[in-house]
Amino acid sequence: MLTFSPPARFLAFTRRLLPWLGALTGLVLLVGLVWSLAYSPPDYQQKDSVRIMYVHVPSAYLGLFAYMVMAAASAVALIWKKPLADITARATAPLGAAFTFLCLATGSLWGKPMWGTWWVWDARLTSMLVLLFLYLGYMALANAFDDRTRGDRAAAVLCLVGVVNIPIIKFSVDWWNTLHQPASVIKPGGPAVDPSILGPLLTMILGFQLLFITLVLIRMQSGIAAAQIRALSQRT
Amino acid sequence: MIAVFLTVLGRDIRLAVRQGTDSLMVVAFFVVTVVLFPFGVGPESAVLERISAGVLWVTALLASMLSLDRLFQQDYEDGSLDHLTRAPAPLAGIVAAKVAAHWLTTALPLIAAAPLLAILLHMRPEGFAVLVVAMVLGTPTLSLIGAVGAALVLGARRGGVLVALLILPLYVPVLIFGVSAVDAAVMGFAYTAQIKILAALLMASLVLCPLATSLALRQALE
Repeated sequence: MLTFSPPARFLAFTRRLLPWLGALTGLVLLVGLVWSLAYSPPDYQQKDSVRIMYVHVPSAYLGLFAYMVMAAASAVALIWKKPLADITARATAPLGAAFTFLCLATGSLWGKPMWGTWWVWDARLTSMLVLLFLYLGYMALANAFDDRTRGDRAAAVLCLVGVVNIPIIKFSVDWWNTLHQPASVIKPGGPAVDPSILGPLLTMILGFQLLFITLVLIRMQSGIAAAQIRALSQRT
Repeated sequence: MIAVFLTVLGRDIRLAVRQGTDSLMVVAFFVVTVVLFPFGVGPESAVLERISAGVLWVTALLASMLSLDRLFQQDYEDGSLDHLTRAPAPLAGIVAAKVAAHWLTTALPLIAAAPLLAILLHMRPEGFAVLVVAMVLGTPTLSLIGAVGAALVLGARRGGVLVALLILPLYVPVLIFGVSAVDAAVMGFAYTAQIKILAALLMASLVLCPLATSLALRQALE
């Protein structure tokens, strides 16, 4: 990447947006955490361990959402060859991997008291694990080439191939009737979750979503800075 | 188009036959690895019978993965891949020919060896026919998915290790349905559903994988 002109409007926009976005993220997460951990009712059966859900569900959702963002950015990068799209895809991957890992880890902690086991080879758990491996494969492939653009392109193709896994994760609980419960928030006929739990849950999902956007923007800024440094050091 | 397909197919098969040892190595890896399992888990026939389908599938999957570097690596290094991408035919068709040649020279010997190894692992005879059918339907899918991975890692550092991380997660559906078809047949349940799903996976990857592979090859040669 010999010539890299930083997207000035994007940088100016994010520089002004980020402080506000960061403050809003902190506020929503604080409200969500206090509401879900202290003021939401314990489950009649699961007692307080139901509160794991307030971290588990948002991170599962973001693990999938981050992959879709990455896939969309990869498609844009392959079709229109926009450098900013490559930077977006690279910025998203570690975040998605982290949220997927958080989902698997909290699920495991929740599974021990509820199902009596840390791990089952259930369809949804297995497909989530495959998603984590896809993220790891993406990051490994993107950094495996001496030529950075080559890594960008190869990883983008891999990311698009991996999209087949997303519907499998989403519908795994409907296709195979296994231990993990089916969809209960977004389903025909309204949520099957009590409003006293749905409120803090949706707040936490919003907080995680804002956190994700904030972190992606920060990572994109540093990605742009890194590309500028590379372009400068190649010129001399 | 058909002529180019047959030319590439013939060329790759001839190359594989004349180099000879490569195909044999894959089968040898398959046999030796399967034979390790009785040493690892103990020779009780009940245990071996229970795990036989899984062991055969996982080992066949690893063997087919190990042979993937043969698919494009040599052509990439000596430059013939550049010529193939400029042939008067869609690159996806040429990729399909190369994958077909790869399947004929590496996976077909594995399928031939599988029933023999199934006997060594005390699989019940009811499973043999289903094992062969499932592998005939499943291994082309493995070759097709593997071609995407092999094309992606061309020119990468430590491509051989990387390709495992990229494609083994995508092999999981074939493994699940391949093993469960054989297990169902051995236990006397219906197994047509699993066979149909394997066929569906093959159809889908037959359409999508050559396209993804040719995309990956083009950007590798840019």
